[in-house]
Amino acid sequence: MATTTVEPGASTPGPKTNRIGLTVIDYKGGKTTLCAGCGHNAISERIIEAMYEMGVEPEMVIKPSGIGCSSKTPAYFLSRSHSFNAVHGRMPSVATGALLANRKLICIGVSGDGDTASIGIGQFVHLMRRNLPIIYIIEDNGVYGLTKGQFSATADLGSKLKTGVINDLPPIDTCALAIQLGATLVGRSFSGDKRQLSAMLKAAIAHKGTVMLDVVSPCVTFNDHEGSTKSYKYVKEHEEILQEVSFVPHFEDIDVEYDAGSTVQVTMHDGSRLNLRKLEEDYDPTDKIRAITRLTEAHDKGEVLTGIFFVNPEAPNFIDMLNVVDQPLTTLPDSMTRPGKEVLDAVMEELR
Amino acid sequence: MATTDVVPRESAGGMGHKRIVNDMSIQVATVNGSGSQSSNTVLLRSIFQMGVPVSGKNMFPSNIAGLPTWYTIRANKNGYIGRKKEIDFLVAMNPETAVEDTMSLAAGASVLYDEPLALHKLRDDVIFYSVPYDKLVAAVCPEAKLRKLVKNMVYVGVVAKLLTIDMAEVEKAIRKQFAKKVKAANLNLAAAQAGFEYAKANLEKRGAFYIERMDKTAGKIIVDGNSAAALGCMFAGCTVVTWYPITPSSSLVETMIEYMHEYRIGPDGKATFAIVQAEDELAAIGMVIGAGWAGARSMTATAGPGISLMSEFAGLAYYVEVPGVIWDIQRVGPSTGLPTRTSQGDILSTAFLSHGDTKNIMLFPCSVEECFSMATEAFNLAEQFQTLVFVMSDLDLGMNNWMADPFKYPETPIQRGKVLAKEDLDRLGSFARYKDVDGDGIGYRTLPGTSHPAAAYFARGSGHNEKAQYSERADDFENNMERLNRKFETARSFVPRPEITKGDNAGSEKTKIGIIAYGTSHWGLTESRDQLREEYKIETDYLRLRAYPFTREVHEFIEQHERVYVVEQNRDAQMLTLLKLDLKPELIGRLRSIAHITGLPLDARSITDELTSMEGK
Repeated sequence: MATTTVEPGASTPGPKTNRIGLTVIDYKGGKTTLCAGCGHNAISERIIEAMYEMGVEPEMVIKPSGIGCSSKTPAYFLSRSHSFNAVHGRMPSVATGALLANRKLICIGVSGDGDTASIGIGQFVHLMRRNLPIIYIIEDNGVYGLTKGQFSATADLGSKLKTGVINDLPPIDTCALAIQLGATLVGRSFSGDKRQLSAMLKAAIAHKGTVMLDVVSPCVTFNDHEGSTKSYKYVKEHEEILQEVSFVPHFEDIDVEYDAGSTVQVTMHDGSRLNLRKLEEDYDPTDKIRAITRLTEAHDKGEVLTGIFFVNPEAPNFIDMLNVVDQPLTTLPDSMTRPGKEVLDAVMEELR
Repeated sequence: MATTDVVPRESAGGMGHKRIVNDMSIQVATVNGSGSQSSNTVLLRSIFQMGVPVSGKNMFPSNIAGLPTWYTIRANKNGYIGRKKEIDFLVAMNPETAVEDTMSLAAGASVLYDEPLALHKLRDDVIFYSVPYDKLVAAVCPEAKLRKLVKNMVYVGVVAKLLTIDMAEVEKAIRKQFAKKVKAANLNLAAAQAGFEYAKANLEKRGAFYIERMDKTAGKIIVDGNSAAALGCMFAGCTVVTWYPITPSSSLVETMIEYMHEYRIGPDGKATFAIVQAEDELAAIGMVIGAGWAGARSMTATAGPGISLMSEFAGLAYYVEVPGVIWDIQRVGPSTGLPTRTSQGDILSTAFLSHGDTKNIMLFPCSVEECFSMATEAFNLAEQFQTLVFVMSDLDLGMNNWMADPFKYPETPIQRGKVLAKEDLDRLGSFARYKDVDGDGIGYRTLPGTSHPAAAYFARGSGHNEKAQYSERADDFENNMERLNRKFETARSFVPRPEITKGDNAGSEKTKIGIIAYGTSHWGLTESRDQLREEYKIETDYLRLRAYPFTREVHEFIEQHERVYVVEQNRDAQMLTLLKLDLKPELIGRLRSIAHITGLPLDARSITDELTSMEGK
């Protein structure tokens, strides 16, 4: 899709830059140490592109993560952004603290299915409840990679490990959970679907509330075999795409013609537009109950359902609800954080 | 069960022969949820207003309504405000405990009881007064449903008469207690007066105990440690508070919410702070660490079980080097233990909280003044040393009312530590997050959002080198851990120094006995040292610890004394154990332990008895 680019000057043709004058190199990270072909690397690439195309100032981005292969990936994108590789399953609280401290930060939290749906499920559900302005990405492969291939809680019923072990417990659908609990932009994508994932990530950057993206991202080493429901082959064969997702950022003056009958257009908080061309006629992404019903059906049918399941760009986010001053708490002058002596005198008088 | 752990003793007050002025312990035994807290506060304040040093200790159950609770008010002309074991005046309002409470009193004590309890048949060596509360309260309170709450104010009037507390002070205290609720104040005053008049007409004072006016409370305040800590944190410039409710720490944050909403709202009507009730203690400390990393002055308050849950995150903060302040209002463990009773039982676990070679800075406030002043010290140390600072209060300090001098406005400026701004990076070009540039073990950090391409670093709990890059190299790991140790050693010179009080050894040889105590053990100990001097002619020098790591003075103090008693409120001599790890081997043998834990605040007599027994007296 089209993005505005700014040429630094007609006489000195240099590399392409975005609307804040940065090149895509400025959004790169270190060299990946994940396995060749790992879905996670593709997601990192999409994040780099989305941040570049949206013209986000990398210094204003923070990249908290938990523990696991997925949580290593913040090292592979946006080197000019602060990262915090925290403890297993507890990224949400670290991210929450950082955003309380500095509401100007743009937070992209990276987690995995083990990090989110098992050890981190407690913090995950409470994060979703708060509608904190965060992009929460689950790089979902259904197995624990760093500990060599045990099932995670998003593994589908009947899915088979390399060792032949069959999963006999139902999966946790993190999208259904996020929708039920209050996240305000919820979708599922596939690491191999470049177009869909890019559009979703850009919408995520424009959204001012909790974005929860579950990105199915096959593990080439431990979960890409016959019998796995998170393999490239299985996902390609069973993917059901809910809508064609496209995104027009607020700084682009493009009028996309759309047919209100076949496309849902969502105006984001910053004026950007999210266009969802319906592939399933009656799907309404503002209807929570319909979303959860459709996700339940997908499980029953063995589908890998992708698309934007739910969106509500207007819900108040957690930082707004706290009525915190506009400037970051981190840089408030002492005069605003230490009341004067007359305040202490008044309190002492009350306690006499 | 009764909270007095004494066996009946020989006559303390005598049956009306002696006159004991401004030296007594009053215990009120009630049922929790009966509204007795207001009555007890009024009684406490009335004595305070008469200029008599006073302290109040609430011994309450882990329950909302219906279980026994005791409130002890100690008035003492010498200013001893620690717990006293013996009860001199019992107000028995709870039928369930009345018999046991009465039986555990020493001879000569007084018992004021509700007439139907008929306690006077139990013993003939204590003084009994009975009051028909229901009759009295019915006369002053026409509304039947309020009578249960007002009934307790009747005993305030009776006690005032029997202990010669001025009713004008009682009225003043009631007016303060009910502040703007004039109707409630009038009703309660009528109840107190009914009690006073009844006592005047029907009860003959026989006990030896009297309250008389003196001038030792002028200008002083009454406040609990948690409120003092809340105020301290507000004046320390705290900006992010996260918490998970747990007794006895909840009131710290709840009070802080009130103060912050009153005094920390910016000119635009918005808060200069964020306070979040987290889903559990793990999230609470995770948020503290996230906020500290991003550059806020962040804190949480908790108790032992919360400290245990925070263990993993504490190690992350230590290793990533993130500031934060954790208030541990200690209660009795292990496990759920006695959630509403006091202890100093988290010392060892907090010192090394987390796996690997983690070490944490701890501060030990002993008074409400220190709860206030140490807040600023804790935040400054946390940011200067880029690490967690644990302030080890306890239930006795945090939840009970203490008399204190008004707090001094913090003189120390807010110190944010080594933080590089954009301008610094413009000048330097780059920086290495974990490099020991200044030789003190403390690196320079940047905050997220710093608008410079070289500002970012990768904070990680995994192995890292000076540049915060992932590293599994043996030398990187070792160098980093050694630097962290150097940082901790630097902290020794910056944490609050101990307070040393010498014994009276004028003209005699140097005092051979040293005592080390910390936190609320201070109060019982101060009184015990006087008992040791007056009753046993034992002079002691006293060092009150105020921080871990231990400063130079602690080592010197132990070197200067033949025997050093370490007094604390836990079973396993936790502070003594921590001292052992720090001392030269030849000094370890000098340490002796006086460790007590019953859930009740440590009293002077227990220390005196144990120390004299160990001294062979």
